[in-house]
Amino acid sequence: MEYAVEMKGICKHFGGVHALMDVDLELRQGEIMGIVGDNGAGKSTLMKILSGAYQADKGEIHIFGNQVEIHSPLDSFKQGISMIYQDLALFDNLDVARNIFAGRELVRGPLGLTLDKKSMYRRAEELVKDLRVDIKSPKLNVARMSGGQRQMIACARAIAFQSKIMIMDEPTAALGVTEADKLLGLIKNMKDLGLSILLITQRIPDILAIADRVFVLKGGTRQDVLNVGEVTLDDIVTLIVKGKDAQGEMADDIEYQSFG
Amino acid sequence: MKNNPSLPNTLSRNLSIIVTRYAPLMILLVAIVVFSLIAPNFLTFNNFRLMIRQISFVTISAVGLMFVMVSGGIDLSVGSQIIFTNIVLALLMSSTYGLSMDPLIAIPICIALGTILGAANGFLSNTLKIHPLIITLGTAYIYRGLGYIVAGGRNIDGLPDSFRVYGQGYVGPIPVPIIIMLVVVIIGAYFLHSTYFGSRVYAMGGNQEAARLAGINIKRMRLTVFAIGGFASGITSVIMLSRVFNGQVSTGSGIEFDALTAALLGGVAFAGGEGTILGLVTGVLIIGVLNNGMQLFGLHDYYQNLVKGALLLAAVGYGEYQKSRRAKETIDIEMAENNQTNSP
Repeated sequence: MEYAVEMKGICKHFGGVHALMDVDLELRQGEIMGIVGDNGAGKSTLMKILSGAYQADKGEIHIFGNQVEIHSPLDSFKQGISMIYQDLALFDNLDVARNIFAGRELVRGPLGLTLDKKSMYRRAEELVKDLRVDIKSPKLNVARMSGGQRQMIACARAIAFQSKIMIMDEPTAALGVTEADKLLGLIKNMKDLGLSILLITQRIPDILAIADRVFVLKGGTRQDVLNVGEVTLDDIVTLIVKGKDAQGEMADDIEYQSFG
Repeated sequence: MKNNPSLPNTLSRNLSIIVTRYAPLMILLVAIVVFSLIAPNFLTFNNFRLMIRQISFVTISAVGLMFVMVSGGIDLSVGSQIIFTNIVLALLMSSTYGLSMDPLIAIPICIALGTILGAANGFLSNTLKIHPLIITLGTAYIYRGLGYIVAGGRNIDGLPDSFRVYGQGYVGPIPVPIIIMLVVVIIGAYFLHSTYFGSRVYAMGGNQEAARLAGINIKRMRLTVFAIGGFASGITSVIMLSRVFNGQVSTGSGIEFDALTAALLGGVAFAGGEGTILGLVTGVLIIGVLNNGMQLFGLHDYYQNLVKGALLLAAVGYGEYQKSRRAKETIDIEMAENNQTNSP
């Protein structure tokens, strides 16, 4: 099978700390894969390697079957990968359209210097409308927008550039129930549009609600990949807390408090 | 239930946004009206022409500085760049002490030197990873020192007459420095407000890490904005030397403080990411009107400095107060929304 993403033997250490050890990950085309693990398990590090924010010390990355070198966020973007960070990485001083197109602005003119503002605002308006985001105008500054609106702008950024693979880091962590539900619906819509999605989260119910498979990390090593339809919340929690050696044990004694 | 802020609150918020946005313009208009009433000859064509020619030097430097500031940096070496480049330019053209070079060859060399000095600031900021404030404080001493060394204690005269036009010439009734200033302002406004490069400068100043993650090459951008600052210093140097017509190490000294004050008065954020060229020009005009009006009113320089300093503190202080107030309101609104959506 040709995977959307295949990471093989990824290793990363920060000083003396081994953040990732020989981690393999396979993301199928058009699936949502949850990435779970306790704090410090290596979830964000693994995804930052895929997004080009970090570089692996060792290992290979294949995108749609082709081995690629990802040394920067731009390299990652060129491979059709977008990452939406936990802190959103938006620009509070810019409006919605400029946030969506930051770093990949639409230009016109013979020198390709002049911003094509008209197209940027029109396209941003279409995206906002398609995603059913409650934003009155793409000319509004994002500084005063709610967490949900900001998440959706970040999603619109990815969709605007026809990303094929999307990485989302704790997208619902700071959202209220209503906005989190809206965002999960949006993620499902994006899957329907053909995107392959990696979803880092501490909220296991989110995974159970929308993911196809769940990838479990513990202490920088891969524990297992489970089909969401075949596991319960307790199975996942057990794997997160006790690791693969404890798989199959009951999780009765585990106090899990990260449902957000 | 939807969170509806009360009408008085909304009006008060909108009023504060309008006041903050148009404060520089209002200060300028008030200054013009006051000096029109109290200072003799203030509101005349000749005086305004004189005043705008006076501020043209600062404006050109300030446009360059603005690129650096909007990107989140600062350049304290602008005046020192002018000292060094103005001495080098004088030496290139001087028939008494230098190479008697044609101005049309010497001027591009001077502007290129300014660009290199600016780019060096960017390069050092990138490699040493120290705040540009410290870097440019250091290079300010170096560039100034180089200027003094190259000048060797001389006032460099013997400049060609054809060089007078850039600082002393007129096109019709308009002085050439004003025309050069207008060209720089228009080109600066185009690049900052209408190109993808300018958009990235604002993005970088707003959130440098987010800009990096968006694929913007921060190091290259920093190098470029500092080089633009140096380029503007090179142009200022040409006009100032042409105006003074004598290569002196005092030319341009301290101009960065006027440019910085004008930028801050005009709404350019010290932290980066905010400000417009129109605001900057308004800021320079405020400085120009205050200097000119107070001179005509007969106030000593000491008082001018006092007023400029107080105005700067008041304007920037008020802007920051409004910003923190709006940030607090945003947090309050978000908390109210979260409380509503999370309540059963």
